[in-house]
Amino acid sequence: MSLIAFLGAVEVGLIFGLVALGVFLSFRVLQFPDLTVDGSFPMGAAVAAVLIVGGMNPYLATCAAALGGGVAGLVTAWLNVRLKILHLLASILVMIALYSVNLRIMGRPNVALLGEETVFKPLEDLAIPSYVALPIVLLVMVIIAKLILDRFLNSEIGLAMRATGTNPRMARANGINTGYMILGGMALSNAFVAVAGALFAQSQGAADVTLGVGVIVVGLAAVIGGEALVTPKTIFRATVACIVGSILYRVAVALALNADFIGLKAQDLNLVTAVLVVLAMVLPGARNPLKSVFTGGGDK
Amino acid sequence: MKAIRFGFAAFAFAVPLAIAAPALTTTAAAAEKHVAITQIVEHPALDAARKGVKDALAEAGFIEGKNLKWTYENAQGNGATAAQIAKKFVGESPDVIVAIATPSAQTVAASTKSIPLVFSAVTDPVGAKLVNNWAKPGGNVTGISDMSPIPAHLKLIKDVAPGTKRLGVVSNPGEANSVSLVNMVKNEAPKLGMTVTVAVATKSGDVLAAARSLVGKVDAIYIPTDNTVISAFEAVVKVGMDAKIPVFAGDTDSVPRGAVAALGFNYYDVGRETGQMVAKILNGAKPGDISVSLVKKLELAVNLKSATAMGVTISQALIDKAKNVVK
Repeated sequence: MSLIAFLGAVEVGLIFGLVALGVFLSFRVLQFPDLTVDGSFPMGAAVAAVLIVGGMNPYLATCAAALGGGVAGLVTAWLNVRLKILHLLASILVMIALYSVNLRIMGRPNVALLGEETVFKPLEDLAIPSYVALPIVLLVMVIIAKLILDRFLNSEIGLAMRATGTNPRMARANGINTGYMILGGMALSNAFVAVAGALFAQSQGAADVTLGVGVIVVGLAAVIGGEALVTPKTIFRATVACIVGSILYRVAVALALNADFIGLKAQDLNLVTAVLVVLAMVLPGARNPLKSVFTGGGDK
Repeated sequence: MKAIRFGFAAFAFAVPLAIAAPALTTTAAAAEKHVAITQIVEHPALDAARKGVKDALAEAGFIEGKNLKWTYENAQGNGATAAQIAKKFVGESPDVIVAIATPSAQTVAASTKSIPLVFSAVTDPVGAKLVNNWAKPGGNVTGISDMSPIPAHLKLIKDVAPGTKRLGVVSNPGEANSVSLVNMVKNEAPKLGMTVTVAVATKSGDVLAAARSLVGKVDAIYIPTDNTVISAFEAVVKVGMDAKIPVFAGDTDSVPRGAVAALGFNYYDVGRETGQMVAKILNGAKPGDISVSLVKKLELAVNLKSATAMGVTISQALIDKAKNVVK
């Protein structure tokens, strides 16, 4: 694997680290299996791309993308909380609806950003090559996002949100409005994912409606894989785990792309991914307290 | 358990490093040319294009294993994987990177401004911001566009089925190429006295229902080079045969699969012309000096069996002109 391929994996991994943080918030903190991300990721890309092409400042465009993702998350949560639609179904409904919405936003399936003013444009003028500068800048961005999320989850509202996920009845008994918590948490989660989509489009040169394919699987793999490596005893460690897991997932993909030496080909990628996720889930054994949520085991 | 967890972590970190380390120090043999090809998804037409590139290179004297290193990766429809393939190729710095279809080409263009990039099967390279103009692209990018000659296609429909007043089109609004083709059909059809009805299929499974929705509303069906619809083309053919509506395609590969007729190019020729362009660059030409071009080789294919089943007759003059006649 070349240095550029490795740093490219880190770069994509860091962007998907934001997806992992969003997925952590919905799946782990709120215990809300949220598939909206397959739609909110390309939505973030679409909103940012259209606004940037229209001449808006790329930072503002990225913020607008976050807002768009937040609204998507709110809709999913609203369908669940107010209309009592099963959480999984609510998120699938919003996900498929977003495909049409994204086409409407862009007006066509692919909006190119090559040569446009993006948040990464200033990096091209630096002395160091952009394939080195990009991961560094993204690392800083993701760490800031992680610290903000940590801070939030340890605040009073954050604690209420965690209580909502862990034991909603107890939370309600303590005067927490669990409906508001789910609405807020889902909006925040999808805002993270949309920002990831916006940054991905800007670093890769285009927003495409098909960008959302499999985002949820990647996010979940990152969360679960990360937890296998970094025991999520505290919120701080849990969010570190998300980012580590995401980067490792991408390194695994890069590895699969370079795995000619053991006879693996590009088309084996999904199989390799699945095997890695299974390994990550099985190897830590019964110590992972949240394991049963995903394996369906009844050992709790 | 702790030990196992640590072991997994150590393995996960050590393997990429172990592979990265030796790769960074090795250098390619000097005389050998390296062509790296990235493709967004497995698809018969795109695969044919890839084969065309390879065959044209072999004809130009670049033979894999002899004096050509050929690297191929497929993103399996995943944008993030396509991005990583682009990085992988840029890291290997081959002599030319060939990118098949728009998303793959865009992500390579975002990753390098110096390695020559030749795109193939991109319909609108200016809209995709791969090049500023067709005539003299400048920079490191050029390639072959697979834009369909829509006016010629519509004229063919009129030649085979002169009574066609209402034309049906099945397409996926999620595909960039397909959207621009459908827009061209809508612009061109009225000039030949035809109205256009579009049926939408967002995935292959929807194609049958979309085609059925056109029955009774149209006199002929035209299928543009839409990846989603082409992958379920047999469903359209079935509807055409059941309802006696002639089905025309934008690519000749679909004629043996049941289209009455198609005037076009096949993706093998798209690939061949791309390969000839790659060979020029390997021989020293600058990509920025080579103009982006449409496929030059057009050919007619007709399917007499489908024609009978769909209730149209193909004139002897057309059969004589056809390069491929399916009986």
